[in-house]
Amino acid sequence: MASGTEIEQLINLLAKLPGLGPRSARRAALQLIKKKEALLLPLADAMAEAAEKVISCSICGNVDTVDPCAICASPRRDKSIICVVEEVGDLWALERSGVMGGLYHVLGGTLSALDGIGPDDLNVAGLVLRSEARQVKEVILAMNATVDGQTTAHYITDRVEHAEVKVTRLAHGVPVGGELDYLDDGTLAAALKARREF
Amino acid sequence: MDWTDDAIVLSLRRHGESAAIAELLTREHGRHMGLVRGSSRRHGATLQPGSTVRATWRARLEDHLGTWTIEPAKSRAGILLGEAAALAGLTSACAVTSLSLPERENHRPLYDALEVLADAFEAVEVWPALYVRWELGLLAELGFGLELEACAVTGVSQDLTHVSPRTGRAVCQAEAAPYKGRLLALPGFLRGQAARGPTDERAGDMNPHDVLDGLVLTGHFLETRVWRPHGKVEPEARQRLARRLEKLAQTGRIIE
Repeated sequence: MASGTEIEQLINLLAKLPGLGPRSARRAALQLIKKKEALLLPLADAMAEAAEKVISCSICGNVDTVDPCAICASPRRDKSIICVVEEVGDLWALERSGVMGGLYHVLGGTLSALDGIGPDDLNVAGLVLRSEARQVKEVILAMNATVDGQTTAHYITDRVEHAEVKVTRLAHGVPVGGELDYLDDGTLAAALKARREF
Repeated sequence: MDWTDDAIVLSLRRHGESAAIAELLTREHGRHMGLVRGSSRRHGATLQPGSTVRATWRARLEDHLGTWTIEPAKSRAGILLGEAAALAGLTSACAVTSLSLPERENHRPLYDALEVLADAFEAVEVWPALYVRWELGLLAELGFGLELEACAVTGVSQDLTHVSPRTGRAVCQAEAAPYKGRLLALPGFLRGQAARGPTDERAGDMNPHDVLDGLVLTGHFLETRVWRPHGKVEPEARQRLARRLEKLAQTGRIIE
């Protein structure tokens, strides 16, 4: 071992982060140690603070330091629209786009028989309750265009059918900048099937 | 060692950050797992359950997990994503295959049958009955085929209406009458036109409830003969398929 156990521990923990392997974790650890005042201590403080304060929103399942989260509490949000996403990362992706003015609901995954994830493991009951509120007019199913994602979408459609809401889903097809020659035939088939008048 | 084969994707499980473990039903090598290197997202469209691919498996030793090199051949998920019942059928077929077949054991007829079934999900009129027939074929391939050609008691081949849950043999209407509550219904579309008898006008026909009866029939034997002895239970995907078909049957439509 070329360094002390504390440093090895730091490297091992960094190596568990997405995008970092053992080598890149070692480089990151070295950089943190070299810039102790500028990087290591502020990062340690920020992480300790996040660990203490970050909680899951009791309404939508988003992560924030307040409950309800900033999105649920915002008066500028359109409360008649609930956009259902699989994970918090999907919520962040939609927020980055800046086009979703409504509220969100994070399911926490998708139905997956193989991984033993059933309806009870997802935050579906909360969504059903929310969709029954009088002010809610539309539920947007923003699941991934995968078999598991769309199976979950169909399941949710069944569950909210008694609520008087419009259920919509994201379009499937040619991505912006996509070239037909490079698209797989499944995407092309979905795009052709979902074509609309131009 | 390495080999290349046609295969149908059964499942894909992320492994670490940039790899996935793909479970495929191959034409000549049976149900087989392997690691797909590179971004699992890059293979996202290709490796959806039900897709047909050309797969090359490589490993240093035969009992290693090995790695896949995948070339897309036919993608089916894209066109089925919006069809709730067909998607439920596809996921159920993949889950049942995954749960029922031993690993690395050649089952060429099942591969061919799954290929036909997967293609049929676009044909909304036929796939529910074909699905039940496919599960019957699965039972037969695993050595638990049902005997539906003649009555177990009288030997007649007409008026077959029920199946014994113990023996898996058909029973004619007259013999089944006293035991109806304990026997499984034999759906009309499994009796076949040749078996049509004077009191069995529905033989060869298919209605929504027949498909559900068929699912109960095959489900019983899969449960008792294939899954339970190995400590397995019916996959949730199959339960969802049954619920969806039941819902459609209540509205008088077996397909959407």
